[in-house]
Amino acid sequence: MRHDFLDKYSRINSPIHRLPSMAKLWISFSLVVAIISIPLRFFFLFPFIGGVLLGALLLSRIPIPFIFSRLLILEFFTVGIAMLSLLRPNGTMLFIALMTRSTLCLFTVILLSNSTPFAELLEALKRLKFPPLILTILALMYRYIFVLIDEMERMTRARESRSFSVNRRSRWTLLASLIGQLFIRSTERAERIYAAMSARGWK
Amino acid sequence: MHIPDGFLDPKTAIATSVLSFSGVSWALREVKQRDVQRKIPLIGLAAAFVFVAQMINFPVASGTSGHLLGATMVAVLLGPYSAIIVMSSVLIVQCLLFADGGVIALGANIFNMAIVTPVSGYGLYTLLRPFLKGERGRITAVAFTAWCSVVLSSIFCAGELAWSGTVSWNTAFPAMAGIHMLIGIGEAIITALVISALSTTRPELLYENSQSLSEHRSHGVLVYGMLVIVGIAIFVLPFASPWPDGLEKAASILGFEEKTPAHSLISPPMSGYRIPWISSFATATALAGLIGAFVAFGLSALLARILTPASSQKNMDAPHAP
Repeated sequence: MRHDFLDKYSRINSPIHRLPSMAKLWISFSLVVAIISIPLRFFFLFPFIGGVLLGALLLSRIPIPFIFSRLLILEFFTVGIAMLSLLRPNGTMLFIALMTRSTLCLFTVILLSNSTPFAELLEALKRLKFPPLILTILALMYRYIFVLIDEMERMTRARESRSFSVNRRSRWTLLASLIGQLFIRSTERAERIYAAMSARGWK
Repeated sequence: MHIPDGFLDPKTAIATSVLSFSGVSWALREVKQRDVQRKIPLIGLAAAFVFVAQMINFPVASGTSGHLLGATMVAVLLGPYSAIIVMSSVLIVQCLLFADGGVIALGANIFNMAIVTPVSGYGLYTLLRPFLKGERGRITAVAFTAWCSVVLSSIFCAGELAWSGTVSWNTAFPAMAGIHMLIGIGEAIITALVISALSTTRPELLYENSQSLSEHRSHGVLVYGMLVIVGIAIFVLPFASPWPDGLEKAASILGFEEKTPAHSLISPPMSGYRIPWISSFATATALAGLIGAFVAFGLSALLARILTPASSQKNMDAPHAP
C-alpha cells in the first residue's frame, strides 16, 4: 500500500484536520453555494472568500505547492470550457466571473478533500442519510483503487521487461489487453472478497 | 467533460440533479432485485477498475494523449443498471477526492456521464445486435455504440451549459460535438479492443452471455430511454429548433454573431458541423451528424474486420450459411 499519493495529506495533524468532518462538509457545501449565488455586484466578497480559504490552507499545514499543482491541473479543463463563453456578447465579464467562481469552488473542495480522510467523509455522508448501498460501494472502491493501481503497475512492468520496442498498432492492442486483464482480475478479486465477507457473516 | 462548479445556473443544476437522482435510485432498485449481496463487491471493484483504467493514457496523434471513459464498456460487461451505479460512484469519488467536476454540478455530471452514456450505449447495442451477427457484428456494434454514447453525452453537456446561459448553443454545440466526435474514435477503438479480447478469452464475463435473455431487460431499457428523452426535451430541443433563441436573435440584430470565430478556433470534422450550401442550421447539423454517424459506423465495421480473423467468423456464421 504505497499508493497513498491520491490523498496523502488528508491524515496529517493540524487545527483544520481536527475539526469534525460533519462541520467541514457543511461549511464547504455552504461556501460553494455562496460562491455560486453571490451576484456580481458584490464582487468585493470574492477576494475576501479567497483570503479566508488561503488562511485555512496555511493553518492546515498542507504543503502549498501540492495544493496549487492540484488546482492548476483542474484549472486547465475549466479554462477550456470557459473560453467558449468569451464568444458570447459581453463575454469578457462572463469569463472573469466564471473563472473566479470556479477557482474558488475548486479551492474549497480541494481543501476539504485534503483535510478530511475519505472514511470520515463517508461517515458524515452516512449521517446525512445517503443510501447505504452507495456508501458501501464507495468504501470498497476507495479501498481497492490502490490495490488495482499496484496490479496495473506490476503488469506494465512485466510487459515492459518482455518487449523492447513496440510499434503504434501493437501498443494499442497491448494497452487494451492490459485493461481487459485488469477487468478479469477485478472480477476475480470481487468473487474472493464476496466469499471472505460472507465467511465473516456479512448481512 | 466534467462540468466544474460555477458553470450551471440554479435551474439547470436542480433539474439535472432531480433527473440523475431518479435515475440512480431506479438503478439501485433494479440491482437490489436479485442477488444484491454478490453484486456489491463486483460493482465496487468495477468502479475502482474504471477509475484506474481512466488513468491509463493512450498515445493519440501528434504527441497528445487521451484516456478511456469506459461507460459503454462497463454497460456491455455488467449490464446497464450496474453500469449506472459504477459510473456514478466513479464520478462521486472524482468529485469528493479530486475536485474533478463540481459539487453542485455533480447531478449534471452524473446525468451526462453515468446515465446518458451507459443507457444510450447499451440501448443502442441491444438494438443493433439482432442485425449484426457473430463476433464481427459484436465488435462493430460495440465500437459504434461507444462512439455514439460519447458524442451524445457531450451534446447533453453543451445543452446544459447553453441552458444556463454560460455559453451560446451555436458555439458550444459544434465545439463539444466536434471534439467528442474525435475523442469518440479513441473510445471506440479501445472499447472494441478490450471487448474483443475479453469475448475470446472469457466470454462468460459479458452481460449478454451471463444473462438469460428474458427477464425485465427490455422494460428497464425503455424506462431509461424515457429518462434520456426527457433530458433531450429539456436540454437539447430548445436549441435544436431552426429559429434562434432570444439571446441569439439579440446578438444577430446587434451584429455580434459575425464576430464569433467558433469555426476557426476549433475545427471539428465537417468544417464546423455545417455544410456550406445548406442555410438552415438545424438541417445542416442533422445532416452533418448523420454523415458523421455513417462514417463512424463504417470505421467500426472496418475495425471489427481487422480484429476478428476470418476463420473465427466462418465458424460463427456457419449455421446461417445456406
